[in-house]
Amino acid sequence: MTVAAPLLTPEERVSYLAAGSTLRSWLLTTDHKRIAILYLVSITGFFFIGGMAAAMIRLDLLSPTHHFLTNEGYNRTFTLHGVVMVWFFLIPSIPATFGNFLIPLMIGAKDLAFPRLNLLSWYIYVIGGGVTIYVLIAGGVDTGWTFYTPLSTMFANGHVVAAAAAVFIVGFSSILTGLNFIVTVHKLRAPGMTWGRLPIFVWSHYATSLILVLATPVLAVTLVLMSAERLFHLGIFDPALGGDPLLFQHMFWFYSHPAVYIMILPAMGVVSELVAASAHKRLFGYWFVASASLAIAAVGFLVWGHHMFVSGQSRYASVIFSFLSLLVAVPSAVKVYNWTATLYKGDISLDPPFLFAMAFIGLFTIGGLTGLMLALLAVDVHVHDTYFVIAHFHYIMVGGAVTGFFGAMHFWWPKITGRLYSLVWGRIAAGLIFAGFNFTFFPQFILGYLGMPRRYHVYPPEFQVWHVLSSAGASILAVGYILPFVYLVHSLRHGRPAGPNPWGAAGLEWTTASPPPKKNFLETPVVTQEAYAYPVLEGRRG
Amino acid sequence: MNRFLPFWPIAASQHAQRVDDLIISFSLLIFCLTAPVFVLIILFAIRYRRGQPADRTHRPSGNVLAETSWTVIPFLLTLGFFAYAAFLYLDLGRAPADSLVIDVVAKQWMWKFEHPGGQREIDDLHVPVGQDVKLTMTSQDVIHSFFVPALRIKQDVLPGRYTSLWFNANRPGVYDLRCSQFCGMDHSLMVGKVFVLSQADYAAWLRQAGASGDLAAQGKDLFRDLGCSGCHDPGSTVHAPSLEGLYGRLVPLDGGRAVVADDQYIRDSILDPNRDIAAGYPAVMPTFAGRVSEEDLVRLMAYVKSRGPATPAAPAPEPRP
Repeated sequence: MTVAAPLLTPEERVSYLAAGSTLRSWLLTTDHKRIAILYLVSITGFFFIGGMAAAMIRLDLLSPTHHFLTNEGYNRTFTLHGVVMVWFFLIPSIPATFGNFLIPLMIGAKDLAFPRLNLLSWYIYVIGGGVTIYVLIAGGVDTGWTFYTPLSTMFANGHVVAAAAAVFIVGFSSILTGLNFIVTVHKLRAPGMTWGRLPIFVWSHYATSLILVLATPVLAVTLVLMSAERLFHLGIFDPALGGDPLLFQHMFWFYSHPAVYIMILPAMGVVSELVAASAHKRLFGYWFVASASLAIAAVGFLVWGHHMFVSGQSRYASVIFSFLSLLVAVPSAVKVYNWTATLYKGDISLDPPFLFAMAFIGLFTIGGLTGLMLALLAVDVHVHDTYFVIAHFHYIMVGGAVTGFFGAMHFWWPKITGRLYSLVWGRIAAGLIFAGFNFTFFPQFILGYLGMPRRYHVYPPEFQVWHVLSSAGASILAVGYILPFVYLVHSLRHGRPAGPNPWGAAGLEWTTASPPPKKNFLETPVVTQEAYAYPVLEGRRG
Repeated sequence: MNRFLPFWPIAASQHAQRVDDLIISFSLLIFCLTAPVFVLIILFAIRYRRGQPADRTHRPSGNVLAETSWTVIPFLLTLGFFAYAAFLYLDLGRAPADSLVIDVVAKQWMWKFEHPGGQREIDDLHVPVGQDVKLTMTSQDVIHSFFVPALRIKQDVLPGRYTSLWFNANRPGVYDLRCSQFCGMDHSLMVGKVFVLSQADYAAWLRQAGASGDLAAQGKDLFRDLGCSGCHDPGSTVHAPSLEGLYGRLVPLDGGRAVVADDQYIRDSILDPNRDIAAGYPAVMPTFAGRVSEEDLVRLMAYVKSRGPATPAAPAPEPRP
């Protein structure tokens, strides 16, 4: 759609990327699109660090006893992998990049409600990231990303307090981003953009933001208490000091379970957009999908105890948590069924966004269903703290959230950069990621049921064959992840110009130029239709 | 054991077989619920591929009946599995009253076992086949977790608290024991073996392992050496509660509360005597924290139990939240 606005100055028409090229113009920007790019670059760096740690783990586990890492070194490696991937990649991944970039564009706003707060949250992220790098250089931390007490407070030798400080700091970045999104969605919707017309992407980011704002402070409190016990021997969690170690687990999972939904809800939002755009059809069951996001956010706060079925918490409490955990699967299932139904009578393009969306559905479904198994109490007792759990949450957080991230990258890359990438290579990458992922993590379900505990450096020789399979799969997965980095960067220079709407997709973000001008729209859009008002006929590719 | 699959772990108890049946039948259910999704995705992707001629008229964008049925029906189908899994789980917390009780003390990075007859072992646990065995477990340092894959059981072992677990192994054999809660540097070396022996082999093992008096007798010596008997024996000059018939009884406390004298209460009374004062007694007992080890506590507990009622009035209760 071209909007005639002859009164605008050339400066207002220029794209956000061309609006300045000095370092200062990037580091002091308050443009949500530029801040999204800053986030994208920084989280990619941490994805690389976390990925290197994963590669070391997979290499070291090729043999049950002959290792290049010491036991202590191995413990520090998987702790680093967890801390970096959870807090410095997964949690900010989709919201801080695509959410930041797209929410104002999707609701027809010029920017987020608090542009300077948005920049501040990136700086807080960078400070937290800096402390993490310090921990890494200083020698790491040996508690696991879960920081269980009293191991972390009274026994661990690593830089526990520094690592806790890093996570504490980066939490404020999450809180500020969540706050910004909530206010933006409430106050900055364009004329005619009613709640019922919001894209599902916006709904799921709204739900995610509620969790960010409500749950993250609990993590901050928990980490402060843990550090107080470690530094000043205040008896909070260690029974030898009069504390209660399960109190820590309750507080930690009260945040960390909802944190899983912080990772997966935005990816579900992405997939909803990808499915509708690829099928060129209105999303099936809009209100069911939208309210499922809110239901997940709400019920997600009530299931933390399922991480503690064998911890010694009351067995009757466990029964309640088991029931609620089965309940929280319902809205997730609703989404999967609705995405499938959307494809019925669609006009489906098999381009990379569709393939990534389908990879997401396949992997997320396996992750979700094995989550149901884990919610069954007697089953959890056997597979708790084994590779079964490792496989399950990687299916959700990597197979789900990271695949969603790559799907978003392949769908909105032309909008963000104004360039088209190679679709052929995109399809190959989607296939490699799907195959490599299953190859890596499916054997871990078997390992877990056979009784291989997580966080084991030395393991029984009969498990070796499964570990070798898993490591072989990881090498395919690594190629799948590196490949897009190559062809996407290549497209920055050599890609064909994308035009405003290369996929023929509905949605306000596709009505403006690619890359969008600094203020997003040359003229404030007026919304007259529901979301996913297909068919969109103009600008359609092929 | 290996059932239909080459990579299925051995099941060495009825509980383990039930867990296997549960997971296999549940897997079948979710296969039935998901297979349509995967089949339809592929089918739609082929039939409605862009450029493919197909009937695309009357496209639905919602259907309340479909939404309701795929929300409610799968959920209801899982409820039966939920209930059975919960039943099996609650059962793990209810050891039969006549179980053989073995005390477990975990520490970085080993398992110590104390048999009622006074036999002690490290990292190896010998038990008779076909006998209910209850483990009363505590940790000397961080949280550990007692995991025997062949029995499909696991329970975290906490410092400052007792957790318990029971099993009845029905196949003699040697099974792996692993710590499954990350406990520091040599977590992956905190492994052991559970030897399930026939009754005859078990009797032979008990003889061969030897012991200088059973646990309660060892506890009685300790009771004297630590000076406990100076106050708690009948006829002592200091006014302290008698331990006769104490275990499992309801004890009235200062301030009107009352607690059951279970393992946790007795442990707390030794380590932190001023927390719960028995009604009518002066708070004069010194703490023994730092003077008695977890193994000493096991012995003292056995001694107290030996003076209690033959069968406890209350079964070992839930660990307190």
